[in-house]
Amino acid sequence: MTDIVTDAEEAGFASDLTQSNTLGESVRAYITRVRGGDMGALPSIAGLVVLFIVFNLANDKFLSNLNLANLITQSGSIIILAMGLVMVLLLGEIDLSAGFAGGVSACVMGVLMVEQNQNWVIAVLAALFFGAAIGLSIGLLVAKLGIPSFVVTLAYFLALQGVALWLIGEGGSVRIDQDVISGIANNNMSVAAGWISAGVIIAVLTALRLRQHRRKVSLGLQHQPLALVAVQIAVVGIVLLVVTYVLNQNRSVNPTFPIKGIPYVLPMVIVLLIFWTFMLGRTSWGRHVYAVGGNPEAARRAGINVDRIRISVFIICSSMAALSGIVQASYVGKVSTSSGGSYTLLFAVGAAVIGGTSLFGGKGKASDAVIGGLVIATIANGLGLLAQKSYITFLVTGGVLLLAASVDAISRRRRSATGLG
Amino acid sequence: MSEKSPILHLRGINKSFGVAHVLHDVDLAIYPGQVTALVGDNGAGKSTLVKAIAGIYPADSGEYLFEGKPQHVTSAKDAAALGIEVVYQDLALCENLDIVENMFLGREKKNGLILDETTMESKAREALTSLSVRTVKSVRQSVASLSGGQRQTVAIAKSVLWNSKIVLLDEPTAALGVAQTRQVLDLVRRLADSGVGVLLISHNLTDVFEVADRITALYLGRVAADVATKDVTSTQVVELITTGQSAGIAGPATKAVTS
Repeated sequence: MTDIVTDAEEAGFASDLTQSNTLGESVRAYITRVRGGDMGALPSIAGLVVLFIVFNLANDKFLSNLNLANLITQSGSIIILAMGLVMVLLLGEIDLSAGFAGGVSACVMGVLMVEQNQNWVIAVLAALFFGAAIGLSIGLLVAKLGIPSFVVTLAYFLALQGVALWLIGEGGSVRIDQDVISGIANNNMSVAAGWISAGVIIAVLTALRLRQHRRKVSLGLQHQPLALVAVQIAVVGIVLLVVTYVLNQNRSVNPTFPIKGIPYVLPMVIVLLIFWTFMLGRTSWGRHVYAVGGNPEAARRAGINVDRIRISVFIICSSMAALSGIVQASYVGKVSTSSGGSYTLLFAVGAAVIGGTSLFGGKGKASDAVIGGLVIATIANGLGLLAQKSYITFLVTGGVLLLAASVDAISRRRRSATGLG
Repeated sequence: MSEKSPILHLRGINKSFGVAHVLHDVDLAIYPGQVTALVGDNGAGKSTLVKAIAGIYPADSGEYLFEGKPQHVTSAKDAAALGIEVVYQDLALCENLDIVENMFLGREKKNGLILDETTMESKAREALTSLSVRTVKSVRQSVASLSGGQRQTVAIAKSVLWNSKIVLLDEPTAALGVAQTRQVLDLVRRLADSGVGVLLISHNLTDVFEVADRITALYLGRVAADVATKDVTSTQVVELITTGQSAGIAGPATKAVTS
């Protein structure tokens, strides 16, 4: 290793090897990147802060413990659906049917549990399998037949509504009152379990990041300064602890029935976030997804099976949609023919784009769905608290989506002008 | 002809697309440690010949001798397995990925399921260092931030990484400025000096005379001449490209055309 380092220094990689520049330099480099159009999650986090301030000023109930817990539960199904859509958007494709894929999958679960008296495990697995099958068929049509995903999924958007009507019957709905399923969105972890989970996550994250950092330093590879790593760990840790603290307070309006603890939706979203971040960032599958999204022809010449990557993301998107449909069914306590309709898809696409995933493909992260989903849920929640008519919610959400897409398009132009990735 | 034996020797290659007979009995030799330039006018069959070598359009007939042994190269995979790397004119890099990610694209190193970033980064750096690349500041830069010449460098360095025996370069300097052309030509020279057989397809005779050891000129799908660079002048090569013959140089095609 040592002789490589000396050779590399001669070859002008010295700057690259001794990357332990100060925190100040890192901050300046970050500002340069943002100016160049590589904004990442910055606009959405700023937007979230602004929304919190505005809604708090408009209604003092907005920052109440009860409403914050509500907000997290509401955002759950949006975030899960948006995470699936991020994968499809990474390839520069779109899945317009994802909302109904989730709705119909949840209908499959509901019908199996209520009408066929099946165990909830079987019903959930069937719903996920149904979602995966929808994704597989979409993927095959897009990858093998070459139909644009816009058209294929538009057809599915219509056809899946028919499937829902056929499964449940005109105008019908099926009540979901199974304990485990309705517990996803309505029950909470115990206070102790919440603190322990938060502590474990922070400890594991710190250990992993420090180990990675030490390894990079010892091998003379490019690495971030230790101070920046510490700041990143600290930010994640503080956010987790604050959220845990708030959710572990009693938020019930009725003093005889205290409600406290982290809603089960939150750990579910965190597990999915960690899983997909790992898959996209640390596996060759994830690398290939980015490659196909960036330049399909280059990916093909590099020997990547482009069709297989395409099909895989559609399967993932529809399966995540099924999961999101189940969470939504848990939240509203029923499945109906309109499950997954109306603004479901728009909100999820909006969440992904607001979070920073590019509509042009090749750029996006699983965490974009979380931040974007929170923004969307905050708008819906805050405007709901202000007792605005629902047309306002649609107008505002549509406007925010357009704004996010404009930010995406402008930052893309800027990136290509300044040559940043 | 040469003190060394060719690493790749094509003999009597023919290729037709329907009624169009694109390559007529083409002979081509690529020697280790040498830059062989393939010149010819548009439509002379340069691209078809390169694709035949790379296995994209296998030849209809003719011998394909790699290190003296006959081979059947019918797909890009076969060619890659022999150690033949093609650097395309449009480079085929993913702009949203960094240099290391691009160099290992499709052939990532893994520790079980997880990508082995540390090994890949060290090896990529090693490959760039072995070519004395000084223009790239960081191997973790995204390709979008690189200039045309730097991108060409990354594409060429990729072939070093995979220990290629033959590198086919399709118009590597076509889109580059003066200084960048200089860098890429230096790189091509160093690549050959490391023992690789380089085939340089180029329209630019200045470039050809600067780096090539041998020149093979194609004229209407036939080899007009296969000569050492030091034995010819630029004017003669222009004549070979435009008319298929030149005073004082007897190529196989000269006979074929006149007969």
